[in-house]
Amino acid sequence: MRSHARIGFVLLLTPLVLWLGLLIVIPHIDMLLISLRERISFGVYETSLTQYDKALTEPLYLRTFWRTAVMSVLATAITLLIAFPVAYYIAKMARGRLQQVLFMLCLIPFYVSELVRTFGWMILLRETGLISSLLQWVGLADQPVEMLYNDAAMMVGLVYTSMLFMVVPLVTTLESLDDSVVEAGYDLGGNGLSVLREIIIPHAMPGIVSGCIVVFMLSLGNYLTPTMLGGKDSLWFTEMIYNQFIVRSNWELGAAFGFMLLVLSSVIVWGVLRLTGRTLQETMG
Amino acid sequence: MIPTIPRSRSFRVIYGGYVLLFFLYLALPLTVVAVFAFNDSQFPSLPWEGFTWNWFFGDELPQIGVFHERGILRAVGTSAFVAICVAILSVSVGTSNAFLFNRYDFRGKSALYVLMLLPLVIPGIVLGISILVFSSTLANGIWNVAQMDIQALRPGLLLVILGQFSFITTIATLVITARLQKFDRTLEDAALNLGATRLTAVRTITIPFLMPAVVGAAVVAFLMSFENFNTTLMLVGSDAPLTIAMFDRLKEGSTPLLNAVSLLLMLGSSLLALLVILFQRR
Amino acid sequence: MTPDLECVDLVRRFGETTAVDNVSFSVPPGSFFSILGPSGCGKTTIMRMIAGFLDPTSGDIRIKGETVLDTPPNKRPVNMVFQHLALFPMMTIAENIGYGLRRQGMARDRIARKVDEALDRIGLPGIGARKVDELSGGQKQRVAIARCMVLEPDVLLLDEPLGALDLKLREHMKIELKALQATFDTTFVYITHDQSEALVMSDQIAVMNAGRFEQIGTGQDLYYRPDTPFVAGFIGEANRWKGRIDRVEGQVLEIRTDTGLAVRATGSGTLSRGDTAEIFVRPEAIHLAASAEALAHFDNRMKGTVTSTLFNGAASRVLVDNDVGETLEVTLPQTGEFANLERGDTVHVGWGAAQATCFAGAV
Repeated sequence: MRSHARIGFVLLLTPLVLWLGLLIVIPHIDMLLISLRERISFGVYETSLTQYDKALTEPLYLRTFWRTAVMSVLATAITLLIAFPVAYYIAKMARGRLQQVLFMLCLIPFYVSELVRTFGWMILLRETGLISSLLQWVGLADQPVEMLYNDAAMMVGLVYTSMLFMVVPLVTTLESLDDSVVEAGYDLGGNGLSVLREIIIPHAMPGIVSGCIVVFMLSLGNYLTPTMLGGKDSLWFTEMIYNQFIVRSNWELGAAFGFMLLVLSSVIVWGVLRLTGRTLQETMG
Repeated sequence: MIPTIPRSRSFRVIYGGYVLLFFLYLALPLTVVAVFAFNDSQFPSLPWEGFTWNWFFGDELPQIGVFHERGILRAVGTSAFVAICVAILSVSVGTSNAFLFNRYDFRGKSALYVLMLLPLVIPGIVLGISILVFSSTLANGIWNVAQMDIQALRPGLLLVILGQFSFITTIATLVITARLQKFDRTLEDAALNLGATRLTAVRTITIPFLMPAVVGAAVVAFLMSFENFNTTLMLVGSDAPLTIAMFDRLKEGSTPLLNAVSLLLMLGSSLLALLVILFQRR
Repeated sequence: MTPDLECVDLVRRFGETTAVDNVSFSVPPGSFFSILGPSGCGKTTIMRMIAGFLDPTSGDIRIKGETVLDTPPNKRPVNMVFQHLALFPMMTIAENIGYGLRRQGMARDRIARKVDEALDRIGLPGIGARKVDELSGGQKQRVAIARCMVLEPDVLLLDEPLGALDLKLREHMKIELKALQATFDTTFVYITHDQSEALVMSDQIAVMNAGRFEQIGTGQDLYYRPDTPFVAGFIGEANRWKGRIDRVEGQVLEIRTDTGLAVRATGSGTLSRGDTAEIFVRPEAIHLAASAEALAHFDNRMKGTVTSTLFNGAASRVLVDNDVGETLEVTLPQTGEFANLERGDTVHVGWGAAQATCFAGAV
C-alpha cells in the first residue's frame, strides 16, 4: 500500500516538475543570465550590468517603460469603472433568463481572437472608417477624420480587450452578496451611496482585486493593441522587447527588457496583494 | 439598489441605458467585422459596394475567397494542429496536477502551488522569449558538444506548442482541480468496498465524474491556443499559425478576406462554446 | 456456530489518541448488531477497520472464523452502506447495483438478471434505468442496500445511513431496514448515535464511549439493567443524584445525596458504606399523587411544586421542584388524571428503590 502511494506520487509529480522546471523556472533563469552578459566579440561574453545600465539611461527606453506602466494602470482603472455597474446589473438587477443571457453576451466577444477584435476597432476608427464616415454624413466633420494611431484609440482597444476579465470575477463575487444584506443596509437607514460604499464594494473586493490584477497583466503584456491602434511614436514596452529580439537580434538587451517587465508586473501584483491582504492562491485559484 | 428597493424612474432609465450602451460597445467591433465580410469591394470600409459571397467562395482575382486561399487554409491547419496538441498535453498534465494537489500532502506543496499559478501572471511575451532563449541555449550547447543541430529547438511549431502549453496548463489545472475538489471521496471508498481496485475505482468513478471539467478544459485550451498571439509571436518559425498569418496580412493592408476569416472564426468558436454548454448540461 | 463477525482485542491509535481501545465482540449469523455511541466515540473507526479502510494497531478481525487483516478492502466479504450512501451519481440505478458484479467479471446478462432480482426484493422493480437524483431519500437508501446485497456479503455494514433523512422518513425506514434484514437474512452491523434507531432494530446493541464498549446486550438489558452510569445516562432520560452511601441492606442502599436528601436505591453489590454513588431514576418510574398517603408504599417520597408542564402527546412531562430546589422530570400518566396540572400546583412524587439504579460514583 505504502509503496503504491509512493509510486503514484512520483508519477504525478514528474509531469508537474518537468513542466514548471523546463518551461518556466529554467528558461527564466537562463533569460536572467543572458541579460547579465555583454558581448565582447564573436562568441566571447562577459558578465556585466551593461544591458540594465543601457536600459535605465537611454531616455526612450525609460520613458516607454514608465509610460507602459502608467497607461496599464489607467486602462485597469477605466475598465473597472466601466465594468462595475454592468457587473452589478447582471449580478443583482437582472433576473433569471435575462441574467444568463447578459452574462453569455459578455463572454462571446472573448471567444474570438484578440486580433479580430482589434481589427474591428481599426475598421471603425480609421480615416476611411465607419465613425469617420458617420461624422461626415451627419455633418459634424467636413473631411475624413483619423481616429486611429493615438493613445485614446489604444486605450479603447485595451479596455475592450480586457473587459471580460473584469466582468466575470465581479459578477461572481457580487452574485454571492445576499440581497437581504443590502436590504438590511437600507432598513438601518443607509442610502444608495453609503450602502454602495460600506456594503457592496467591500463585499466585491476579492473580485475587484483579481479582476484588476488580471487586467493589468494583460494590458502590460499586450502587444497587438498598442501596435495596431497606437501611434507611431508612442511605443509600448512589449514592442521594444520584440524589436530587440526579432528585428535587431540583440538578445542581451531584449532579455534585460523582458526581465524589467517581469519585475514591474511582479512588484505591482505583489503590492496590490499586500495592500488588500490577499494571497495569490485566493486571487487566481 | 436591488429590485426590491424602489428607485426613481429616471434612475432606472439611465442605468438601463448605460447597460445597453455597454453591450453596444461590446458588439460593435465584431458586428462591423462580420458585416464587411460581405462587402463587394477591396476594402473593409464604406462605401458599401453591395453584397457578395466572394470573400468566402470566390476563386478569381481580385476576390479570392477564404476557401480558395491556400495560405490562410494552411495557417488554419497549422493552428488546429497546434491547438489539438496543446489541448491534449495541457489537459493530461492538468489532470495529473489536479490529482497531485488534491490527493497528496507533501513538503513544499503550497510553494509548488504558487509556482504553478505563476504562468498566469507572467506576460505572454516574456514567457515566449524565455523559452526562446532557453531552447537556443540548449541547441547551441548540443551543437558545441556533439556537433548536432537539433532543428526542433529552433523557432517553430514545437516551441509554439510548448510555449502555449506552458501557461494553458495552469488554466487546465485550475479547472480540473475545482471539479476534483467537489468529488466525494467516499464514492471511491464505496467502489473499493464493492470490489474495485484503486485504479479501477479511479477509472470507473473519479474520471467519469471529472469528464465535464476535462472536456471544458480541453475546449478552453483549444480556443486559447487558437487565438494566442503574444507567446506565439516570439516562437514562430516558418509555419505560421492563423493569428500570425492574419497579423502579417493586416500589416500589409486589409481586404474583406480577413473579415471573412474572422467571421468564420467567430462562428467556429461560438459553435465550440455551444457544444461545451450542451455537453455540460447533459 | 461460528460467528459471522468477530473482533478480538481491537485497538486503533491515531498518534497519541486511542480511538478504539481493546474492543471485543462477536456477531452471530443472521443477527442485527448495533454499535451505539455519541459522535467521536470511535464507532466509525471500528466500521472502517472492518471494511478494510483502516488497519488496526493491534487485535484481530475475523469473518466466518477467518482473519481478514491481510485482505484488502476490495476483497473482503463485507460490504458497506455509507453514511451519505455514496451512490455513483454518474450511473443509473441498474449500473450502480451492477457495479460490484461487473468488478467480478460476471457476464452482462447474468448481471442484468441479478440486478432485476435485487430491485424486486427491495420493492422497486423497473426503476433500473433512472438516475440517482430522480429517487427519493428512502428509495436511495434501499438501492444502496441492494447494491451491497447483490454481492451476497457475509456481513453488511451500515454507517448511520438514516442520518440524512427527515424525521418522518427515518421512523419509517427503521421498520423497513429491519424487514430488509429479515428478507436478505444477512448479518447487519449498524452504527448510529440515535438510540431509538438502535433500540428498535437491533438484536444486540453495543454501547460505545470514548473508544470502549460500555455494555453489550439487548435493548431491554440496556434500558432496564444498565451496567454503567454512562449507559444509564445515554439511553433514555433519567433524573440523577450524586451522594454517599449511608446504609446497605442487601441489594437496597440508602444514599445521602449532596443536596441532603435520603434516597433508597438498588445497587450491584460491590458498593459499601461511605462510597460515593450516582443514582438514576427514569421519569416514567416516578409516580405523581395529590397527597402523600397515596404514595405510602414507595421507598422514596417527596413534595414539590410544578414549575412547568411539557406537553408532548404520549411523552408529556412535568417539571417538579422539590424542597431543596432540585428539578425532577416526571412523566405524566396517560390516564388524564393530572392533565390539569398547572404551574405552581403542589404535588407529591414517589418511586420504589427497585426503579432507582445506583452506581459507584465518579469522584
